Amino acid sequence: MTKIEEPQKKKDVISTFFDELSRNSLIVTVLAILTGLLAGGLIAAATTESVYAAFRVSFFDGLSAGFMVFWNTYKALFTGSVGVPSEIFNALRSGDSVAINKAFTPFFESLLQATPYIFAGLSVAIGFRVGLFNIGAEGQLFVGALGTVWVATAFKGLPAIIHVPFALLGGAVCGGVWGMIPGWLKAKTGAHEVINTIMMNYIAFRLSEYLLTGILRDPNKSTPISAPIEKSAWLPRFFDDPNRFHAGFFIALLMAFLVYWLLFKTSWGFELRTVGSNPNAARYAGMSIVRSTVLTMFLSGALAGLAGANEVLGVNHNLAVAFSSGYGFDSIALALLGNSHPLGVVLAALLFGFLRNGAIQMQLTAGIPIDIISVLQALILAFIAAPAIIRTMYHLKEPKAVEIPQIAAKTEGSKP
Amino acid sequence: MTQTTATIIKPAEYISPTRRMVMGIIFLALSVGIWVLFSRNVTADMQTTFSLYPGGSKVIVPDWIFPSLPMLNILALVGSALGAYQLARGFGRQTNAILGVVSGIFIFAFLVWGASGGSLNLAGLLKVAVVRAVPLTLGALAGILCERSGVFNIAIEGMMLTAAFCAALFGSLVNIWFGLFTAILAGALMALVLAVLSIKYKVNQIISGTVINIFATGITSFLSAKFLQKYEALNNSGRFGTWDVPGLSQIPFIGPILFSHNIFIYAMFIFVILMTVALFYTRWGLRTRSVGEHPKAADTLGINVNRTRYISVLLGGMMAGFAGAYFVLGSVGRFDEVMTAGRGFVGLAAMIFGNYNPVGSLGAGMLFGFADSLASKLAILKVPIPNKFLEMGPYIITMIVLAGVVGRGQPPAAGGKPYEKE
Amino acid sequence: MEPVLELKGITKRFPGVLANDHISLSLMHGEIHALLGENGAGKTTLMNILYGLYKPDEGEIFVNGKKLVVDTPNDAIKAGVGMVHQHFMLIPVFTVTENVMLGNEYLKAGGFLDRKKVAARIREISQQYNLQVDPDAYVKDLPVGIQQRVEIIKLLFRNANILILDEPTAVLTPQEVDELFNIMKTLVAKGKSIILITHKLREVMEFADQTTVIRGGRVIGTAKQSETNQLMLASMMVGRQILLNIEKKDADPKEVVLDVKNLKVLDTHHQIAVQNVSFEVRAGEVLGVAGVQGNGQTELVRAMTGLDHPIEGKIKLMGKDITHSSVKEITELGTAHIPEDRQKDGLVLAYSIEDNLILNTWYKEPFAHNIVLQRKVILDNANQLISKFDVRTPSPLTATSNLSGGNQQKVIVAREFSRPIKLLVASQPTRGLDVGSIEYIHSRIIEKRDDGCAVLLVSTELDEIMQLSDRIAVMYRGQILAIVDAKTTTRESIGLLMAGVAPEDH
Repeated sequence: MTKIEEPQKKKDVISTFFDELSRNSLIVTVLAILTGLLAGGLIAAATTESVYAAFRVSFFDGLSAGFMVFWNTYKALFTGSVGVPSEIFNALRSGDSVAINKAFTPFFESLLQATPYIFAGLSVAIGFRVGLFNIGAEGQLFVGALGTVWVATAFKGLPAIIHVPFALLGGAVCGGVWGMIPGWLKAKTGAHEVINTIMMNYIAFRLSEYLLTGILRDPNKSTPISAPIEKSAWLPRFFDDPNRFHAGFFIALLMAFLVYWLLFKTSWGFELRTVGSNPNAARYAGMSIVRSTVLTMFLSGALAGLAGANEVLGVNHNLAVAFSSGYGFDSIALALLGNSHPLGVVLAALLFGFLRNGAIQMQLTAGIPIDIISVLQALILAFIAAPAIIRTMYHLKEPKAVEIPQIAAKTEGSKP
Repeated sequence: MTQTTATIIKPAEYISPTRRMVMGIIFLALSVGIWVLFSRNVTADMQTTFSLYPGGSKVIVPDWIFPSLPMLNILALVGSALGAYQLARGFGRQTNAILGVVSGIFIFAFLVWGASGGSLNLAGLLKVAVVRAVPLTLGALAGILCERSGVFNIAIEGMMLTAAFCAALFGSLVNIWFGLFTAILAGALMALVLAVLSIKYKVNQIISGTVINIFATGITSFLSAKFLQKYEALNNSGRFGTWDVPGLSQIPFIGPILFSHNIFIYAMFIFVILMTVALFYTRWGLRTRSVGEHPKAADTLGINVNRTRYISVLLGGMMAGFAGAYFVLGSVGRFDEVMTAGRGFVGLAAMIFGNYNPVGSLGAGMLFGFADSLASKLAILKVPIPNKFLEMGPYIITMIVLAGVVGRGQPPAAGGKPYEKE
Repeated sequence: MEPVLELKGITKRFPGVLANDHISLSLMHGEIHALLGENGAGKTTLMNILYGLYKPDEGEIFVNGKKLVVDTPNDAIKAGVGMVHQHFMLIPVFTVTENVMLGNEYLKAGGFLDRKKVAARIREISQQYNLQVDPDAYVKDLPVGIQQRVEIIKLLFRNANILILDEPTAVLTPQEVDELFNIMKTLVAKGKSIILITHKLREVMEFADQTTVIRGGRVIGTAKQSETNQLMLASMMVGRQILLNIEKKDADPKEVVLDVKNLKVLDTHHQIAVQNVSFEVRAGEVLGVAGVQGNGQTELVRAMTGLDHPIEGKIKLMGKDITHSSVKEITELGTAHIPEDRQKDGLVLAYSIEDNLILNTWYKEPFAHNIVLQRKVILDNANQLISKFDVRTPSPLTATSNLSGGNQQKVIVAREFSRPIKLLVASQPTRGLDVGSIEYIHSRIIEKRDDGCAVLLVSTELDEIMQLSDRIAVMYRGQILAIVDAKTTTRESIGLLMAGVAPEDH
């Protein structure tokens, strides 16, 4: 049995992924990312005063100044996200564990930044697969964080082995319920989940403001912020400061695998995907649209809630008002970039994580505001969503006839 | 011939018995609510004082002072009478209008109770409501322009934000009129991106909207951090002053509330009228709506579906740009990062609540504006309701409307779908 | 006489398909010219070219002797060519007036719409051509027969002289069909010329002056009405002598499998679609449900299969009450269902054949063990069924969207017939298929009957009903007017019943 199943399984994981990615055209994805990065650099150069000053001297000076800005920007981005190669090399040679830790910190910090992206991207991706557009990951993340903070502060004296999973569960359940409400409304009344998840976002913001200025507030602080969570609920870290890398990253990878397994290897996933691909046929086949919709939105919300829990338990150890910065919309970009496939989402999240962490460094050393990252992400998303732009830009040949319906079908299934 | 002609069914507006009962029970519940929550919590000697002119107004009207308890009891009685009639006979097609009346009674009772034993500036509350309604209504109008032609626009927020940035920058560099112009232009530019992605490249419209929202947040924050925060002079546009409408602004109570504002408020009213006329009484409106309802039918009649959509989306973008300019030129006179704070999405909600109709959207905008205005006054009223919950009101109302509890809206049938010739 | 419209050598290629292959056709002034062909023969493509919705790869169009280039429907409209599409191009939330004027608006001073003037013109047209309709009614409130009139008025409003009617009778009751043909005669008498696209021989024989038959995108022949007969046209249409009767043994009905009593079902608009319907189907017989499309058949099937639940009445399957059972429960009791729209309901087009073959057994052993899908079993199952049911495909992993209609239907039949079933509900099982596939599906259905399965066959094709059924129930406006023995009844009496004339009336 195992003998026969083995090649089958292998073929499935790898070929499904590459098949799907190549239908979205790997080449277009790569070019979309590169073009986005290039455009970001041009924007950085075009908004730097010294470049204009140099142009006043001579055209060549201007050009070289512009190039220097471009170069420094991406150098800062690279060293900020991966580390300085010479430092890494020297640290490894010296064998000094403190130095090694320090040299590798940027790299691990990028993984850390990627972690909530993985959760949130999976959240949107699982919705896409079932034909649902969860635009409310942001709100679910918030409510998840609120649930987690409550579990992580209200219970005292629990051993970590219980407290951590319990706090994660609190986040997942709260986020899940938050996602389930629009799901239930969609299933029962046909109310559009895009609008409802947006509305739930703002309700979540108001709710968090209410709770964080009320019962969850740390009375000792002047700003609305929760009390620090119990040490027992901290996600374990693996290195000494300043390296904040923690177990959340592995939980995210585990979730990606579970989502993959659920969607593609189980009868439940078969049902969910069928509902997403053709709800009429699903109904005809005896599948429950209502159950699938509600369940999916619960799972989607739970994954987003875990993103919030991850930030609270692994990084911040408390919860402030408006701590999340645009994960909701970014995760849509991520899911699309990853073609709604868990493995694709992980890769896309890593890209975004490295970019984001690099951008923090970029802001410090090259004086480029971190918001350039959003511009980059928007451009990449546009190029991925409309591959024809990239194809025209680089004079690529038209794709196989199947490609356009494939992308259309994927977004079509989740259209309003 | 006669036989089939006889089969033309003219369905009378059918209201299901369950819906009639549910509505009646809602009316009664609200009335009982007035009695339980409000009447029983005021004492017989309490008086409510409503100021009828906003602070700073030249049109002085004496305060309206009345005993709280009898007023509350009368309101509760009127409400229950309406509820009883609804249960017994039903208001038929007027049911939703009566629901509005009963809700209004409830809100008024809430104010009477909140201000019992004290005073409330009712005119000030309403005036602020009108002001707060401006970005929401204009945003909703932008949404209607797009949606009526079949393009779903969740990027109003992003368009407004970009426009606000341009208004501040170019308003500071040149003057506020130029700022307004560039804001409208910026809205149109963003709309062009939405249109090209959604219409030409047939990208899912939610995704194209998301692209714009992410981009707008990023580029405005980026440029703001890079320039506006560094050079104060670039972020000091000034704003449009108040202009009293001669004559009308002198009307007691109503005058200061409606006719003593800056141009954005008047523009809101004018655009609502213009759009109603344009959508329902002109060739352009008929064609635009046909494209949003059944593009293929329009195509077979020689109407260029995609061109119609481009035009509508661009107009929608210009409207969103105008709405975005309000945040700077009509309100605070400078740009702050993500200053639109979700107003674009509430505008979307107002559009849905207003049933994709300019007048309805104005009503929705006013209601949401009122909720906003009231939330900021709650602290004064000393009522035990967290203002955050009141701020949730518009979102919750929108969800209730979407769920069809109070009658389902009628969105354009082809909304959100790219048009393909087979 | 000069033809009013001439098509010369029209050719249109779609990827992998030659939809129109050098088609030529002449329409004379004041005639009804039928364009006859099976579904998929290329009729609609040809007319969409004429109407400017597609661009031809080759060929020319002449109107009144002048060459016409149609890039958009506007060009066709200007040349006086108008088309009533198979799916009406009306906007439900607009009034008749608004629908008629759209694209050709009358304006008052100041650029405002002049609805009154348009309404007056509509009344005028109504009068002239005997097309009664209320200009202020909303289209969504009108029955389909009247909606079709609105479509015709739209063309007359634009002064069209050449009218193309694409399958105009598909959604009409027999009386409405008669009315339509009266209208057509009036139109022709007043100098209009009509192209009637259809696949129904009877209509052609009764109403057309001239008929052009196309098959596989080519013109097979053109004939005057006096020079032809039904059998000749039929064989031209399908390319060979068609078997008018399928070989089958007499039925041997046994125990009652499906027992339906006093059923009342609502449609998606919450209108009563099925009313007071009672019947039974026994093991080993085919009960055919005849009727014009839209007389409650769809809703009846949905109630039988659990997709909708009746608001009154009882359905029993093998003695078990399934009135409110779910689709899954009904499937598990041994019901197979061939849905009327295979692409919309019967298949997930993006899925492979192997996945479509487990569409309603996906959760059961051996395809799933606990909740884990057993890929090898699923693949074996697919390979086996593909060869057993002769599905033409390169691989079981091919997406069903890449299969032809006939092969798609075979996938559905394979899936449904591979389970042990007691009841087969087949709804329009051969709609849009080529003759070979029709014969194959028909023989498989009869085979099931002979195996002792109860078959409920719903079809709007009277021929199919007559060929396969042992008893025939005729539905009209949601009711079963009569159930008759297929062997003793005639086409004509079924036709009368389909028109709503109850047996006691004649």
